[in-house]
Amino acid sequence: MELILQQMPVVIRSLNVGFLQTLRLFFVTGLGAIPLGLVIALGSMSRFRPLSLLTRFVVWVVRGTPLMIQLLIIYYFPGRVLNNNIWGSGEAGRFLASAIAFIFNYACYFSEIYRGGIQSIPKGQQEAGLVLGMTRSQIFFKITLLQVIKRIVPPMSNEIITLVKDTALARIIALQEIIWAGQSFLKGSSGIAGAIWPLFFTAVYYLAFTGVVTLVLGRLEKRLDYFR
Amino acid sequence: MAILDVKDIRKSFGQTQVLKGIGFSLERGQVVSVIGSSGSGKTTLLRCLNFLERPDGGSIAVNGEILFDAADPATQREAEIRRKRLHFGLVFQSFNLFPQYTALENVTLAGRLLAKEEPDYKTRKKEMFERIDAEARRLLAQMGLSDRMNNYPHQLSGGQQQRVAIARALALRPDILCFDEPTSALDPELTQEVLRVIRQLAERQTTMIIVTHEMAFARDVSSQVIFMDGGVVVEQGEPAQVIGAPTQARTRQFLDSYSQN
Repeated sequence: MELILQQMPVVIRSLNVGFLQTLRLFFVTGLGAIPLGLVIALGSMSRFRPLSLLTRFVVWVVRGTPLMIQLLIIYYFPGRVLNNNIWGSGEAGRFLASAIAFIFNYACYFSEIYRGGIQSIPKGQQEAGLVLGMTRSQIFFKITLLQVIKRIVPPMSNEIITLVKDTALARIIALQEIIWAGQSFLKGSSGIAGAIWPLFFTAVYYLAFTGVVTLVLGRLEKRLDYFR
Repeated sequence: MAILDVKDIRKSFGQTQVLKGIGFSLERGQVVSVIGSSGSGKTTLLRCLNFLERPDGGSIAVNGEILFDAADPATQREAEIRRKRLHFGLVFQSFNLFPQYTALENVTLAGRLLAKEEPDYKTRKKEMFERIDAEARRLLAQMGLSDRMNNYPHQLSGGQQQRVAIARALALRPDILCFDEPTSALDPELTQEVLRVIRQLAERQTTMIIVTHEMAFARDVSSQVIFMDGGVVVEQGEPAQVIGAPTQARTRQFLDSYSQN
């Protein structure tokens, strides 16, 4: 116990740096996947059959394979197979590869939530807009959208909380996020070696952050409570 | 000249022919009630008039202007259909109010969006919105909803919601207001409060087409009654004749089912 207290300041400093990278991956993925998911949802609902079939096929592949494998393929395929390492060897390249894998993976999950949300709005809402002379885009933005958002907040909250913890998967390509930082004290770093507690301690960071995320999403849900 | 002239409307869904050539005309200020059993094509007829369905055959003219002619593709351009819809208003059986807007916002929304298309929107926006707002308040007051304007739909009874929906349709000043079984989702008490409002509109010479199962109301309020069955007009004429003394066996059979209960 005394040893842990002694190691604490060094470990915390290192975990904070790692957690910053975790947060960066989390926010970049959210920012990218939330709109991309809408594009994919519209693609899979398209009345142009080839487009909807292609989109659904891609969604099936992405949701049907482990995110960890997708990370490995995106990061190693260009260099190891095509002999063209587009990512370089630094942390920036690892981050970019991780972000692309996460954005694409999560956009596919989001798209299915959006599709369910959009299709759950009664057709009468759209028809009421049409007979009042509204355009399709006015109907989407002024009528449908907020109703869809209200319905998808709970399932989206689930996915977003999962995303917080899924960022740990980027460890597989050595992205220096918090798991990587915690694990470094096992092998030896900053004069500490063979310590496994920093790795266990990372759980506290995830728990605290999912707590914040839960609060924020709960407030959003509450703000949309004024209508049914 | 008739305000509405409907000729030989035909509509099929797959193999099923729902409308087999419907025609009627309507004078300004008249009320026509459309009666008939479920599946007779009444709702489809209203949906065709509001361009929610595209007829396979026939034509629709308002004030002598051909809005739709199945034989003339020039009358079927998607871009113009949106404007043509404004000749008609439609009140749905299930109200279809927008849940995230208050009663007042439900009534003003479409008008505000249409105002954007006016050439002098930028300079006169405030004045336009004030006018739309005042008109909406007047209509809601006329519907007996002065104290409910700022309520959201889920805070209103079915009858109140339907009256908001009527105000919303009237706000765009349609030439012809259509009702698709406006009271079928309401209990008898709320039905009466909605029918009272429609009756008032009839007294004010609002041109209306009402699809309804309320025979006494139809007989009372209409200038013309159309009895539809199997996608055709079986009988049409004055209410006293069609409902009071039907000449067709099928009409009598249909009306008998009402008097039995």
